[in-house]
Amino acid sequence: MSNQEILKVENLEKSFPISKGVLFKKQVGSVNAVNGINLTVNEGETLGLVGESGCGKSTAGRAILRLLEPTAGSVHFEGQDITKMSRRDLVPLRSRMQMIFQDPFSSLNPRHTVGSIISAPYAIQGIKPEGGVKNAVRETMERVGLNPEHYNRYPNEFSGGQRQRIGIARAVTLKPKFIVCDEPVSALDVSIQAQVINLLQDLQEDFGIAYLFVAHDLSVVRQISNRVAVMYLGHIVEQASRDDLYSQPHHPYTHALLSAVPVPDPKLEAERKRIVLQGDLPSPINLPTGCVFSTRCWKATDKCRAERPELLELAPGHAVACHYPITEPLGSKKIIGPDSGFVEQPDRIVQPPSEVLQNMQGGRATRPKGIDYAEGEEPF
Amino acid sequence: MTAYVIRRILTGVVILILLSMVVFLVFNALPADPAALTCGKSCNPQVIEANRIRLGLDQPLYIQYWEFVRAIFVGRTYGSGTATFQCNAPCLGYSFRKGEEVTPLILKALPVTLWLSFGAFLLWLIPGVLLGIYASRRRGRWQERSVLGAALVGYSFPSFFIGLLLLFFVVIRWQWLPYPNYVSPFEDPVQFLQTMVLPWITLALVYMAFYIRLTRNQLLETYSEDYIRTARAKGLKEGTVIRKHALRAGLTPIVTAAGLDLAGLLGGAIITESIFSLPGVGRLAVEAVVDADLAIITATVLIAGTFIVIANIVVDLLYAVIDPRVRLS
Amino acid sequence: MTFLSVKDLQVSFQTEDGVVHAVDGVTFDLEKGKTLAIVGESGSGKSVTAQAIMGLHTGRGVKISGEINLGGMDLVGASDSTLRSMRGNSMAMIFQDPFASLHPFYRIGNQLAEAVTAHRKVSKKEARAEALRMLIKVGIPNPDQRIDDYPHQLSGGMRQRVMIAMALINGPELLIADEPTTALDVTVQAQILELLSELQAEFNTAIILITHDLGIVADMADEIVVMYGGRIVERAGLHELFYQPQMPYTVGLLASVPRLDSAGNRLLSIGGQPPSLISLPSGCVFHPRCAAMNAGSEERCKGERPDLRDVGEGHMVRCHLDDEERTAFATKRLAEVFTGE
Repeated sequence: MSNQEILKVENLEKSFPISKGVLFKKQVGSVNAVNGINLTVNEGETLGLVGESGCGKSTAGRAILRLLEPTAGSVHFEGQDITKMSRRDLVPLRSRMQMIFQDPFSSLNPRHTVGSIISAPYAIQGIKPEGGVKNAVRETMERVGLNPEHYNRYPNEFSGGQRQRIGIARAVTLKPKFIVCDEPVSALDVSIQAQVINLLQDLQEDFGIAYLFVAHDLSVVRQISNRVAVMYLGHIVEQASRDDLYSQPHHPYTHALLSAVPVPDPKLEAERKRIVLQGDLPSPINLPTGCVFSTRCWKATDKCRAERPELLELAPGHAVACHYPITEPLGSKKIIGPDSGFVEQPDRIVQPPSEVLQNMQGGRATRPKGIDYAEGEEPF
Repeated sequence: MTAYVIRRILTGVVILILLSMVVFLVFNALPADPAALTCGKSCNPQVIEANRIRLGLDQPLYIQYWEFVRAIFVGRTYGSGTATFQCNAPCLGYSFRKGEEVTPLILKALPVTLWLSFGAFLLWLIPGVLLGIYASRRRGRWQERSVLGAALVGYSFPSFFIGLLLLFFVVIRWQWLPYPNYVSPFEDPVQFLQTMVLPWITLALVYMAFYIRLTRNQLLETYSEDYIRTARAKGLKEGTVIRKHALRAGLTPIVTAAGLDLAGLLGGAIITESIFSLPGVGRLAVEAVVDADLAIITATVLIAGTFIVIANIVVDLLYAVIDPRVRLS
Repeated sequence: MTFLSVKDLQVSFQTEDGVVHAVDGVTFDLEKGKTLAIVGESGSGKSVTAQAIMGLHTGRGVKISGEINLGGMDLVGASDSTLRSMRGNSMAMIFQDPFASLHPFYRIGNQLAEAVTAHRKVSKKEARAEALRMLIKVGIPNPDQRIDDYPHQLSGGMRQRVMIAMALINGPELLIADEPTTALDVTVQAQILELLSELQAEFNTAIILITHDLGIVADMADEIVVMYGGRIVERAGLHELFYQPQMPYTVGLLASVPRLDSAGNRLLSIGGQPPSLISLPSGCVFHPRCAAMNAGSEERCKGERPDLRDVGEGHMVRCHLDDEERTAFATKRLAEVFTGE
């Protein structure tokens, strides 16, 4: 990892027009999927882009690679503005920026062999590796944990996890510098998820790839990311280093998200209380005025409903778009007022790791009370 | 909804205009000269030239076309001086080969085709869908295999073969039915039925085979839908699950296919009409092609096109009625 | 009091590739008002087990044996009409994808009312009133308008609430929830799980919760069954399973899932793939992926199918390793998760 910027996204917007009319269609509105986001990704690091369905994270990922044409804004890749480039000029750049898709079943052409799927980027780019394409592909297959002897097999002969490895092999075979991973593990079984996450991390270390990791699963994003951006209704509402975001989130939405993720620890779960958001996600056609989260936020005031907050740095590297950022620690009672109607949270919602071990060794499934966090231990 | 229908009708009109233009151009590009063809035995260049003027063939193509379209709405007058005659709106042209206006010709042929199409339609749709349902309920058993096997046989024979076969055995060899001779059902219902039963069966057999397979495939797909499992999990009777939950969803694509197939037939069941000497639109069209009778050809193509356009609109409207997710806008 | 008892359940399917033993010897009990979680990956047999209880395996080539006793009635030998009268009545089920599970052509009110009239002789009006009452109960806003909505007009969370309303409308004693929140967003998931807990407390419903998400298990379950390759490999109470897991597979799962409370180091993944049910491995079905297998146990692990053994107070494990070996493995693995050592 270095601090050399590889990708810089500025004010990226993507909207899909809605048209209507008897004879001639005219645009009557638009689905505002991405509304001016700013991101940077440094060489060899992973930026997690997390949010719920409909928040625009996948659209953003695709618009950044120009698999969708951005409506406005710029994307600089290795210093070049790729939003201004022609499709033809873009082709050579594709060898250095790639994509991994969510669905390992529909994203591979069932009529092509694994070998031809993985070698396709060589053909498209007109690159002839030393020792031949076939050797290079076999090497890549081996690297991602596929048997190189399966070169001539078809995707349907593989399990979901192996197919995702094929998709990864196709993406890394030209040793790109940047990959957008769109929900790469969410269609996989739990025991396979870990394998694929580890593989992505290993490849990153070996080849120095930077990832934009688009996902809805906060635990997975925490596992793989160096920095995380949280999206809501096409806006980035909070962005910080991984540890800052998960231990000291400032945006109410981030608090709600984190409190909603169940943790595989029954005692911790029994103590945790969730911030239950009321209502549904507003329509991306008619965005709320002011803060986009104001319709569901328990702290919202008239100011929030009138004025859209900017994404501002609260601390170095920790930006939040909120008029009233939360400064209390995660899970604090003070986050929620007594009359807000929301569920109260306990003071401490993190299971100190030492206790689990104590229970394991002592063989007791009981929990000593009153142990507090030791300094330096990882909260969450 | 209204806006949707208006837009669809307008696009339909545009399609028909384009269609008529193409037909017009294609036939004018043909080597056959209508003026010469209508000339008769004692033909000489003067007569041909006179015919050309009478038919309006001396005019530039776009004027000919304009005259043709105008005639549909306001009628037109052919010829000049003493040899004129009036063709009233809706005038689809004048067939000089037959010496008749096209509109009455079509109007005479259309009922035959309507009777043939609707009769055959009912005869294939009802048994076809029922057998399809039956086959889907007996999946993997001999009943399914027999029904599908029979359907495959019906599907593999072309309609002219089935038609000729029926005609040869039923009418000629066994003489169970008199030779087909079309009369209106209001005139002589018995003779009408005697004439129509074989053409109906001919058409129905081919289409039925297709609908058995379509229905079965659609239903098998629907049975594996999650909402069918939900219906069972609710404790509904199996009959209710099939009737109320599977059929309604599984039959929607069949509505589309049925509507378009019917419309296609209404444009003229060319082969069947020819075999059984039914004086319908299809036979009219065939004769017109043989005679290079541009006026009738254009008219029949337009009629067929109009049915297809209407059927498309009706099918889409039906879809919106059946499936509440379809919003017409 | 035990009211659902499953004993030695076997489910096999005749397929083109041969006989698939999807469920082999599943045994568990469930009390009223309690939640049993069945945890496993795809192909573990968890959903097949649930659908066998509901009597939803109707196709030919399905063979079910063993015993499913619900409230004193054996469901394995029961007639189709008996099963039908119990489905949606004394036992009900909700599914993973609430959109696909609701009929797209019918208004939700009608779909709810249909569940009532299938089991009770009531008028259409009464059935509709019942439907409205349930919609209110599951927290649908503006229920008197929403009752006439089609499924596609509702959000994902609302659809799952409708499914829950439909399942509970006849007051079943048993609710089977098959991955009820997998298709939903995390904040909506929280709402649905909370709703299920509330309704369970109110109606004293027994819940079988099928999930792959250990976080949800920790939140909801009283007892847990871990399934792998069509078999139960571990069965234990909530705290025993999470704090004293015994089966190397369970330990592997706990150590391999990304979690918010771990040290955030590299995941300790389980190698290999879940087994194919058509060609199950010999011996212990988990042995090809087992990191706990040692030289001493290898021969038995590879050659001999282990039995489900009680290792203390109803904690059942299907493993050849002895208590010390298992505990040592689990302790070491989980220590790595939390401290990264």
